[in-house]
Amino acid sequence: MKVSMNWISDHVDLSGLDIDDLIHRFTLSTAEVEDVYHLGTEINGVVVAEIKTIEAHPNSQKLHLLELDLGDHTDRCVCGAPNVRVGMRVPFAPFGASVVGMTIGEATIAGVVSRGMCCSAAELGIADSSSGLLELPADAPLGKPVKELYAFEDTVFEVDNKSLTNRPDLWGHYGIAREFSAIAKRPLKPIALDDLAKYDALEPVPLGSIDPELCYRYSAIRADHIQKKVSPIDMQIRLYYCGMRAISLLADLTNYVMLELGQPTHAFDSRMVGTIGVQRFPEPFAFKTLDDVERKIDPETLMITSDGKPVAVAGVMGGLNSEIVADTDSVTLECATFSAVSVRKTSSRIGLRTDASMRYEKTLDPELCAIAAGRFLKLLLAIDPEAKVASRYTDCYQYHYPEIELHFDKKFVDRYTGIDISDAQINETLTRLGFGVTEQNSVFDVKVPSWRATKDVTIPADVIEEITRIYGYDNFRIETTMSALRPVQPLRVKADEKAVKDALVKTFGLHEVHTYLWCDAKKLKDLKIPLPENVYLLNGMNPDATVLRTAMMQTLLPVLKENRFYAPAFGVFEIGRTVKGQKEDGTANERRTLGVALLSHEKERTVFLAARDMIAAILFDLRRIHPTFERVQPINAWEHPANTAAIVLDGSTIGTISTVHPEVAAEIDKKASLVTLELDMDALAEIKEADLKYREASRFPGIDIDLSFVVDKDVTFADVVGPFYADRDETLVGISLVDIYEADVKSMTIRLSFVSPVKTLQKAEVQSYIDRVLKVLAEKNIRLRTV
Amino acid sequence: MAITLEELRQQFHEQLRQANAAEAFEDLRVRYLGKKGEITGLLRNMGALAPEKRKEYGAKVNALKEEAEMSIKKRIEEAHARELELKIAATERYDLTLPSTLSEGSYHPITLVQREVEQIFASMGFTIEDYDEIVDDYHCFEALNIPKHHPARDMQDTYYLSNGQLLKTHTSAAQNAIMRKYGAPLRAIFPGRCFRNESTDACHENTFFQMEGIMIDENISISNLIYFMKTMLSEVFQRDVKVRLRPGFFPFVEPGFELDISCAICGGKGCPSCKNSGWLELCPCGMIHPNVLKAGGIDTEKYTGFAFGLGLTRLAMMKYGIKDIRDLNSGNLRSLNQFVK
Repeated sequence: MKVSMNWISDHVDLSGLDIDDLIHRFTLSTAEVEDVYHLGTEINGVVVAEIKTIEAHPNSQKLHLLELDLGDHTDRCVCGAPNVRVGMRVPFAPFGASVVGMTIGEATIAGVVSRGMCCSAAELGIADSSSGLLELPADAPLGKPVKELYAFEDTVFEVDNKSLTNRPDLWGHYGIAREFSAIAKRPLKPIALDDLAKYDALEPVPLGSIDPELCYRYSAIRADHIQKKVSPIDMQIRLYYCGMRAISLLADLTNYVMLELGQPTHAFDSRMVGTIGVQRFPEPFAFKTLDDVERKIDPETLMITSDGKPVAVAGVMGGLNSEIVADTDSVTLECATFSAVSVRKTSSRIGLRTDASMRYEKTLDPELCAIAAGRFLKLLLAIDPEAKVASRYTDCYQYHYPEIELHFDKKFVDRYTGIDISDAQINETLTRLGFGVTEQNSVFDVKVPSWRATKDVTIPADVIEEITRIYGYDNFRIETTMSALRPVQPLRVKADEKAVKDALVKTFGLHEVHTYLWCDAKKLKDLKIPLPENVYLLNGMNPDATVLRTAMMQTLLPVLKENRFYAPAFGVFEIGRTVKGQKEDGTANERRTLGVALLSHEKERTVFLAARDMIAAILFDLRRIHPTFERVQPINAWEHPANTAAIVLDGSTIGTISTVHPEVAAEIDKKASLVTLELDMDALAEIKEADLKYREASRFPGIDIDLSFVVDKDVTFADVVGPFYADRDETLVGISLVDIYEADVKSMTIRLSFVSPVKTLQKAEVQSYIDRVLKVLAEKNIRLRTV
Repeated sequence: MAITLEELRQQFHEQLRQANAAEAFEDLRVRYLGKKGEITGLLRNMGALAPEKRKEYGAKVNALKEEAEMSIKKRIEEAHARELELKIAATERYDLTLPSTLSEGSYHPITLVQREVEQIFASMGFTIEDYDEIVDDYHCFEALNIPKHHPARDMQDTYYLSNGQLLKTHTSAAQNAIMRKYGAPLRAIFPGRCFRNESTDACHENTFFQMEGIMIDENISISNLIYFMKTMLSEVFQRDVKVRLRPGFFPFVEPGFELDISCAICGGKGCPSCKNSGWLELCPCGMIHPNVLKAGGIDTEKYTGFAFGLGLTRLAMMKYGIKDIRDLNSGNLRSLNQFVK
């Protein structure tokens, strides 16, 4: 919203103060100022002139040669404006004067020398474009500089609308002036209003039924015999500087009152309205608004009606059927308050956001209706003294906001602020902002003004803001808290996450990436991975990206593919959230999940086992427990049926490691070895770290016995060592793999290590154990190699 | 006497000169200095000498013996040195410029920034919490004093889910749960991923990171809030940051503020980065609204608190000079591999 400091100065005397500094303080105390413009400074030396004679230009049909009366002398110029007329008074920029974007010099126009220019509104910076000269009043004094007559010079600033969302009172100049009054500690002048009570004897404006739910107040008043069509120049300048366009006196007046008070009003041509109602219609229909666009009106939309026929969309825009036209001489002025939610929803439904709807959706103070009507009439009657108020102020005030009174003491203020703001300062600030303040012994009873009581100020904490923002946060003494020290335990999930990331990056050289929470259907299709059935976004913008991922691989495998030329061997990982369907109560089963995807040109077996070792090392580091890997049937399309294994830690399955299914692998990289790994970090968090229990080392030497087996190709290491553990000798401390060789047959050498805590072992002492187990192995066709 | 002392010396030196291998040196040592060696043998002849000459003769033989020993030792050392020299000269000079085969990993830039900020807060006694990405209407809005139909809900373009839940639009969605988990007094931060249903461009992402912080205790004041924000931000930016507060509206705080920091690029004089104001809008903050405290089960008579939100994504972009926000979720290792620590 744009704010004119000239306009503000109508309401609060800021003379002698630095305007730019005040605007800066407005940012710090009230709302963010985005830009400051110093307007009108370019206009210099432009004076009032009257066109005395008009001669045709010798070389042009469109151009004229004008003789101008400047009071004490005459001047001449070439002029191309179509609206020239003898006797018309216009702004004239003589040789040496300056207007927007240029200084007037001597110019030869179509062969005739011109030393001066008659100006349009656009050339004076008070309109975007003009079709002719700006016509000045017939009594404008000749030769007088226009800047002395009209307020061309102004400082205008633009406030960020978003920073005003909670302040309905700041959507007009008067409310902003109240802020300046508090900031500058200068009194706010009462606003000049026409006294509505004096029309009470007149006929009412006929009002029918007014929607009791969505219309809080509906009031109207009629004025006849309006002769003036054009607004005064100063009014036009203000409207333009504040971002509007001068249209006609009545339209301009409604805009002017809105910009001044924040209260939208609507001017109906009285000829077009009968009994006014405010209602909703049960059936949808089409309605043409002022901007000549047909809108679809549904049963939710609140409409203004005349004799039952719709004439305006309440709080948004009037209808084309009742608009002010050129020969309108009687206006019925609507001043109303509608439900903020209803206006906001209507506005977004019909896709029309107007200056009026923007204000209504902030929850306006219904008290403003009568003030706006009084202000409109005051201005109208001053501009057009012939106009006559023809009805009483007809008012249907259905919903009054409750009055709000707040009680607090200075201690409460001190506790919130941490500093000492005096009773007098509190009192002055609140009073200047319009609060009714009674204070006794540092106890405050505060009455919230109606314009702040619609939603903005309801509790004592809200008053703290009023006191502190005007006091100025820059003036706060700052200090640390007086709080007891307490130990802080890091969350296990956070600690795990950090350790896992550090290991993957620093020890294993992987790259952390971030991917989206949802699957990209197209990318999955390219990889021949079906889109999972899962919770999905209802209102995502991209229809291909709505289903939430059930596994990290749904978003990481596409990343692996996109990076496949990055290096001959690399890996990516992410700790993110997956959604494994819904829980019993319907909520999403959200899991913190680690996903790792590896690509390498080494043998797949090497990559797979290295990945297994990697996760085993990380898990042992975190929990002091060795995980086991159990071959399982794949459940996801990318998992290879031959090599998919559950990662089991302390009896719980917490993840999966797998090579990639050939169908999917072919779509990622035909030649590379691919390995995927998923780990449920939430499941991991539930597993406690094993205790470290110290065992004294034996003082006696142990013995190692190597055994070489020849086995079938599908016999695993676990198949060979399992029986040794199953029938474990108490002196057996470990079994390791010495050598494995695979050609036509598979040979495997293992080492059994024995230690006794009480004596030096002899081979003979463990031989019977070994023989016993070998017999069991022989039954499974696992035999010692015969040399 | 078959050979004189002097002749023997010359003969020895001649033969030593001709010798050039380790075995040859050893042969010479045996031949001249061994038990039956020629020099040793001279001593055996001593008996034939007159007793007065024996001493002198003995000294001469011993001198020769020593001379021969030293000479052999010297030649052996020389030979060894030459051999070593050849060996060293023949040793391969490794190419130190060959590329490393160890792969260096990388962190996501958000991880690095998040850790930095977390460490600062951990050092000030804040608990670091974590929260769901999928939340319900109550936690994201109701509990934060944002009732139904509140315009703030329009400001937040929320992703709604098929099961009636939604993706959290701000980290504030965790406030209620964390207040309920710990109660007062409480100081906690909770970084997290947030989602807004909007189209992406160089400056906008539908998925981004924030970090929320709250501090609740008896007599927590606006003065404390400014202190903490200034201290924390000075640590984050590694300089004495000037902060300023302006009124800002957020339903879950009262009073609410927009916090600006002095622009580092122009030092507060005004430049294009700060739109000539000398200040950068950085984080919304405020005193926690009593309704929010009550919803979190906190006694508002006894406790007050402040809350703030920090855009981690924005912070990472500022810190590393990332111009296009989409780089962060691109998964493109050519840009992401730079974030090492």
